[in-house]
Amino acid sequence: MKSTNIAPQLDRGDRAALIRRVRPENWSNPHPRDIYDLVVVGGGPAGIEAAQYARRLSLTVALVERNELGGNSLNVGSIPSNTLIHSARLCAQIRDAAEFAISSPAELKLDFATLKARMMRVRARIAEYHAIDRLQHDGVEIFFGEAQFSGPATLAMGATSLKFKKAIIATGARPQPPTFPGLDTIGYRTSNNIFDMPELPQRLVVIGGGPLGCELAQAFCRLGSHVTIIQNDPKFLPREERDAAELLSESMARDGVDIMLNTTVVGAHAENGTKFVDGKNYDKKVSVAADEILLSIGRLPNVENLDLKNAGVDCDDKGVKVDDFLRTANQNVYAAGDVCMSHKFTNVAWVSARMAVRNAFQDKGMRHSEMMIPWCTFCEPEIAHVGMQVWDAREKSIPVKTYTVMMQDVDRAITSGQDDGFVKIHVQDGTDRILGATIVATRASELINEVSVIMSAGIGMRALSRVIHTYPAQSEAIRLAALAYEKDHPGDV
Amino acid sequence: MGAVTTPDDDALVDRLQRGAFAYIGTYINPENGLVADTSRDGSPCSIAVVGFALSCYPIAVENGWITREAAAARTLKTLQFFHNSPQNDQPDSTGFRGFYYHFLDMKTGLRVWQCELSLIDTTLLLAGVLTAACYFDGAGPEAEIRELADALYRRVDWAWAQDGFGTVSQGWKPECGFLHYGWEGYNEATILYILGLGSPTHPLTPKSFGGWTMTYQWENLLGSDVLYSGPLFTHLFSHAWIDFRGIRDEFMRQSGSDYFENTKSAVALHREYGARNPNNYEGYGRDFWGITAGDGPGYRDMRVDGRDRRFFGYMSRGAPYGPDDGTIAPWAMLATLPFTRVAALSGTRHLLASHPQVCKEDRFSSGFNLTLPGDDGEGWLSDGWYGLDQGLLVMMIENARSGLIWKLLRGCPYVVAGLKRAGFDGGWLAP
Repeated sequence: MKSTNIAPQLDRGDRAALIRRVRPENWSNPHPRDIYDLVVVGGGPAGIEAAQYARRLSLTVALVERNELGGNSLNVGSIPSNTLIHSARLCAQIRDAAEFAISSPAELKLDFATLKARMMRVRARIAEYHAIDRLQHDGVEIFFGEAQFSGPATLAMGATSLKFKKAIIATGARPQPPTFPGLDTIGYRTSNNIFDMPELPQRLVVIGGGPLGCELAQAFCRLGSHVTIIQNDPKFLPREERDAAELLSESMARDGVDIMLNTTVVGAHAENGTKFVDGKNYDKKVSVAADEILLSIGRLPNVENLDLKNAGVDCDDKGVKVDDFLRTANQNVYAAGDVCMSHKFTNVAWVSARMAVRNAFQDKGMRHSEMMIPWCTFCEPEIAHVGMQVWDAREKSIPVKTYTVMMQDVDRAITSGQDDGFVKIHVQDGTDRILGATIVATRASELINEVSVIMSAGIGMRALSRVIHTYPAQSEAIRLAALAYEKDHPGDV
Repeated sequence: MGAVTTPDDDALVDRLQRGAFAYIGTYINPENGLVADTSRDGSPCSIAVVGFALSCYPIAVENGWITREAAAARTLKTLQFFHNSPQNDQPDSTGFRGFYYHFLDMKTGLRVWQCELSLIDTTLLLAGVLTAACYFDGAGPEAEIRELADALYRRVDWAWAQDGFGTVSQGWKPECGFLHYGWEGYNEATILYILGLGSPTHPLTPKSFGGWTMTYQWENLLGSDVLYSGPLFTHLFSHAWIDFRGIRDEFMRQSGSDYFENTKSAVALHREYGARNPNNYEGYGRDFWGITAGDGPGYRDMRVDGRDRRFFGYMSRGAPYGPDDGTIAPWAMLATLPFTRVAALSGTRHLLASHPQVCKEDRFSSGFNLTLPGDDGEGWLSDGWYGLDQGLLVMMIENARSGLIWKLLRGCPYVVAGLKRAGFDGGWLAP
């Protein structure tokens, strides 16, 4: 696919709207109260959720943000990436249209500037739902600027002091910098600035095969870049099971992504204006040319400038240390979201934020270890999971049997030509209790929610097998898994 | 292949077994006992193929294809080579710490292709070595076989191969150390853990097998309850030597099955996948299956009959998760003979009747793909033969017929010790 550039002013109005919603120019911080019930540090998904929820409990709330509201998700994470991924999917569908009896143009043209403008428009629109004026209308007092703990119950912002009864740290995380030499010198991008590229790179090297690395490798490949993805592990997506990760590998290879597994990046250099990423596959040396390099090897918690020691809060390289109730070593300070959670997802940020507020003010004793977290990697096919993996169950000595339905056997998947993947439902053997599920499918991000609801409601496989689903639908795979269970246990149903 | 017209299944199987065994005699270096990986010019030795060859010699003796003396002489020559070959950490050695490099020069016996010191291939070699020790129970050269076999097995430093981890690494190279390709889920490594645990000198840690089986999944998949592994060979290799009928480890006790029954389930799954044929590959059906590791048409993307197709070279293929490019291994159906006689013979007869070119000189080729048109329009066919395929087929047919190898290894104290340390009990292991 060829990329064309046109005047980069398409997003002017949307950019202004976004700025107005996330950090207006000429902003003046309010005069602080003597003391707040709650001070939230960080204005990303966790911070905003905590602030809004606390206001619903009629608490006085100050929200402190050093940059822009919205955090990673809105500004550099899920929202812009899913916008890009959607365009990439369309490219792939047009490319494959002949399979569905529709001729596709000989040459697809991508207007990268328009794509970026759409990303800005999407961000601006979504920002409205959590815009500053809405938060203010809800009674949240917003402070922009750097803040540090100056004591166990005080936050300092320059000369301003914010005293609190309780605080929640929700400062999020940022991309981990390179762990090898050379990249700083030649320049690279992370999720923080990959969408700022002026044009679609001809050659993109992605370092890291986690969810973000895989999503963007496939998306940029579909948009027309020649993409190489380098992963030091034997498989992509270390949190996912083998079969899911291997299907993703096959899918990316089909799209044309060059895959280098078991390859450790040892350095980077530039020659005659071209960047090179240098790696090692055991005893073999590799060097891959790139116009742009995306580094996606993990995230670091944003804790450095908070003077946590002053508040008696402990942290390490994984983030703020919390107990099962999200409470730090300071009994009045909690944490939520990426800064403390191992699952660094927006939905986890929201839920952990509410949990922190309830534990702080309502003494609810809610444990984050009991959260049931669905997540999804937005590749094609999507890879989603909820609940236990099989190895989790086996480590806990829970006997587990998995009911698997291949999407190849689902009528709707066949009719739409989207039959890559599977639904696996893990059931406690000897019962019909659902322990978890992995779904690899075109709309796994949606399908997994049915399983989440079922699990949350305590519905087992027996009852699930009696639920009538629309037909034809991708979710029939879930019903077929339940029917396989029913066939396995004919006397129980 | 005229045998397809033979009404007698046993006669057909006998003929194919002998044809497969003939590979070893043709592609062996009689000076050192090394056997070529493939029949192709310049092929190096694969130590795994040597392991299969050592296991096939007793079969050949029992079937009257060679004399016991000739088999013993060939076995002794092989064991002497491995015992006396260089064992050090230099890159041009034959082995290190009792393990051997995957591929060796057929003449010098030294490492080629900068390949890895292979744990699984050394395991298959040692399984053959122990088979020889169990079979050759006489005096003279046969006594020397037993002594050498014992020395070779005791020399292997399994504990070193764990590299401080709970489970084993897949290999080691002098250039970069241990390889961690990641063995997650069930595969052909059962016999590796059993031989590693059975060692009286440098055993694997007791928890290693449990650490590996922790990654197993018991699945209801395509109508079968199965401990899944995609490639068919992974359900066969360990069974070539060990009789898993009725013996169970903790996982199988919990699942109410055993590894023998599991292979039967895997066969049912492969047949069902062939019948469903979700990717519309030519030929696939309930009697056209056998997706496993083997040769393939080569890496290429092309449009065939209006569909985009992607083909692969030599690789490990699997069902139903893939990779699957329409290539089957023609020998694989017959190799399941001990498990599912009807399915194995029905599929093999169908294949031979419809595509006799897959079996030349009574020997199956490594790969066959009907979706990709070959020169004659009859599908792509792998050139020559692969030693692993032939050795496995000889052993599986014999196990189905007489259980010879299973019986021999039941008497191997190292195998028994390894099974017990892995937590197996019941069946023939019961006191």
